[in-house]
Amino acid sequence: MKQLKFFAAGIFLITACNSAKQNNNSEVTNDSKKTAITIKGSDTVLPLSQKEAEAYMKEHPETSITIVGGGSGVGISALLEQTTDVAMSSRPLKIDEKLKFKGKNINPVETIVANDALAIVVHLSNPVDKLTHEQIADIYTGKITNWKEVGGKDAKIICYSRETSSGTYEFFKEHVMDKKNYASSVLNMPATGAIIQSVSQTEGAIGYVGLAYETKDVKHVAVSYDQGKNYVAPSIASAQDGSYPISRPLYYYYNQDKKDAVSSFVDFILSEKGQQLIQDVGYVPLKK
Amino acid sequence: MMSGTVTTLAVLFIVFYLFKESLGLFNMTPVEDSYSVLVNKNNPVKKLSAQQIKLVFDQEITNWKQLGGNDAEIELFRTEDISNYYSEDEIGKNFEHLAQRINEHIEKHRGIIAFVASEYEMKNAASVPLSVDKITLLELMKGKEWFPTAQPAAQFGVLPLLMGTLLVSLGAILLALPFGIAAAIYLAEIADTRFRNIAKPLIELLAGIPSVVFGFFGLVVIVPMVQQWFNLPVGETALAGSIVLGIMALPTIITVSEDALHNTPRSMKEASLALGANKWQTILRVVIPYSISGITTAVILGIGRAIGETMAVLMVTGNAAVIPHSILQPVRTIPATIAAELGEAPFGGLHFKALFFLGCVLFLITMIINFIVELISPKRRIER
Repeated sequence: MKQLKFFAAGIFLITACNSAKQNNNSEVTNDSKKTAITIKGSDTVLPLSQKEAEAYMKEHPETSITIVGGGSGVGISALLEQTTDVAMSSRPLKIDEKLKFKGKNINPVETIVANDALAIVVHLSNPVDKLTHEQIADIYTGKITNWKEVGGKDAKIICYSRETSSGTYEFFKEHVMDKKNYASSVLNMPATGAIIQSVSQTEGAIGYVGLAYETKDVKHVAVSYDQGKNYVAPSIASAQDGSYPISRPLYYYYNQDKKDAVSSFVDFILSEKGQQLIQDVGYVPLKK
Repeated sequence: MMSGTVTTLAVLFIVFYLFKESLGLFNMTPVEDSYSVLVNKNNPVKKLSAQQIKLVFDQEITNWKQLGGNDAEIELFRTEDISNYYSEDEIGKNFEHLAQRINEHIEKHRGIIAFVASEYEMKNAASVPLSVDKITLLELMKGKEWFPTAQPAAQFGVLPLLMGTLLVSLGAILLALPFGIAAAIYLAEIADTRFRNIAKPLIELLAGIPSVVFGFFGLVVIVPMVQQWFNLPVGETALAGSIVLGIMALPTIITVSEDALHNTPRSMKEASLALGANKWQTILRVVIPYSISGITTAVILGIGRAIGETMAVLMVTGNAAVIPHSILQPVRTIPATIAAELGEAPFGGLHFKALFFLGCVLFLITMIINFIVELISPKRRIER
């Protein structure tokens, strides 16, 4: 008898749940304004997009935004296959990607949503606090291998870099190393957090990380792009006024045909409030 | 029956796909499809290897003499450099005159080597495309440099990755084997039942920890430890990878070989003891020989786990693609490379296929190991 009661209660619960679900469903279909946006791509842009999407969805509960990482290339190829509405990227489109878009008759719209500055970081005990552009390039191509060559202690330099798949890797190679290849002995770390961890526990280490990721466990160095005349330390202010040289734009790409669906969200990011959020996450807001 | 067929078909399909994708790599030039490398048509050098192109663009080779040409400086040129030589009006708003301008520029500079998108290459022009050596199996296997995204010519040298994988796995198995088998013997033969009933589930629990957690543990605990012990400039080494992998392979080795040891018939053990052998002699001469095939299986499963493990290794070995000369150097393994790079490799492109080729290499290694096991185990059974 007792068992039977439980059984009845169970059945009642299940049907109740079911009907509740159905109610929900009908609500969704009734509300035609409900829109869904998928955003996919660069892991660098990911935290920024998440923060923006949270704030945006609070203001616009009818919109649901799904954000997926994976890397700039993943996002762009998803946009090409039309499995995402927006591709986030930490690098501009490559020529062959542009050609592919042309071949598929898709017209990608490019919007710069924020800037990111790369900080060159070293171990806390390292006396070196400034480096020139040429010195950094020589360190990463393997021409300079000892800290005493750049005014530090007599210790081997251990270079940390991101993986080849990272947009940051490409950016660093293009803008700091003049497109020369990294030395084979450079250590590749799977994530920015891993670079911070490794640099903080290795005395002779040097690494590069996005400004947003820099912590107190590592020390950044000032960088000079004019053969050592002026050194500039990385900060949001110096990146925004353009005096800090190692900074890059972060992009959103979306299909011209889907402009109506996403433009409201993109406008939100470009608005004053959106740009304030960008600063909160640690990226560099666009100049007004 | 049904499920067996489906599984076999699925495995065959995966293997087929793996090889299909990677075989496309051969007879491709290491320059990406939509790009060309051009030189002035009066330049006697018509053919370069991928290695030479990389050295040229890294400014390691600066004179055509070194490549068998005339005594002239090499001038590097990339499509975007055109704006240094021509104004925006001359190039055209939608780059409509770009091809012509590039052509003019190459005509004027005899020592130039230009890396441009193929759509801006003019036919019958002042420039000729440089022919680049095609990728061959031999070159892949003995290539010492892994620069899959290097432009203009990518370098796909598998050797450092292969050596790295083998070194880390070998180290892991050498570390895990003595501990694993000793623990298994202790649990199966020496420990009392109550301890065994507590310890075995605990060890099995170790197998359930996600590998990322092991990786993070390795990065934060083992890497600094290795660095201190050996007074190294850097702690991310093959040894750190081996230790983490060894710990990860332990539960497999212990549980499988313990099961095998435990299955030794009581009668055999008692016969040995009755003949006057002590406990150690019984374990060494009776129990271990009886269960050797189970122990071998355990070792193979352990090696399998070590060779294929990705995430933990990715986090602790430093991933520098150099041929390791000692176990105290950073290395890069095949699974780590695939995991780290596949996400950004353009679908179907050169890099993508190279990663599939790495998958094939890994597959062949594990297949060879399994084959060796198949060869060894039946012999043992007959001997018994």
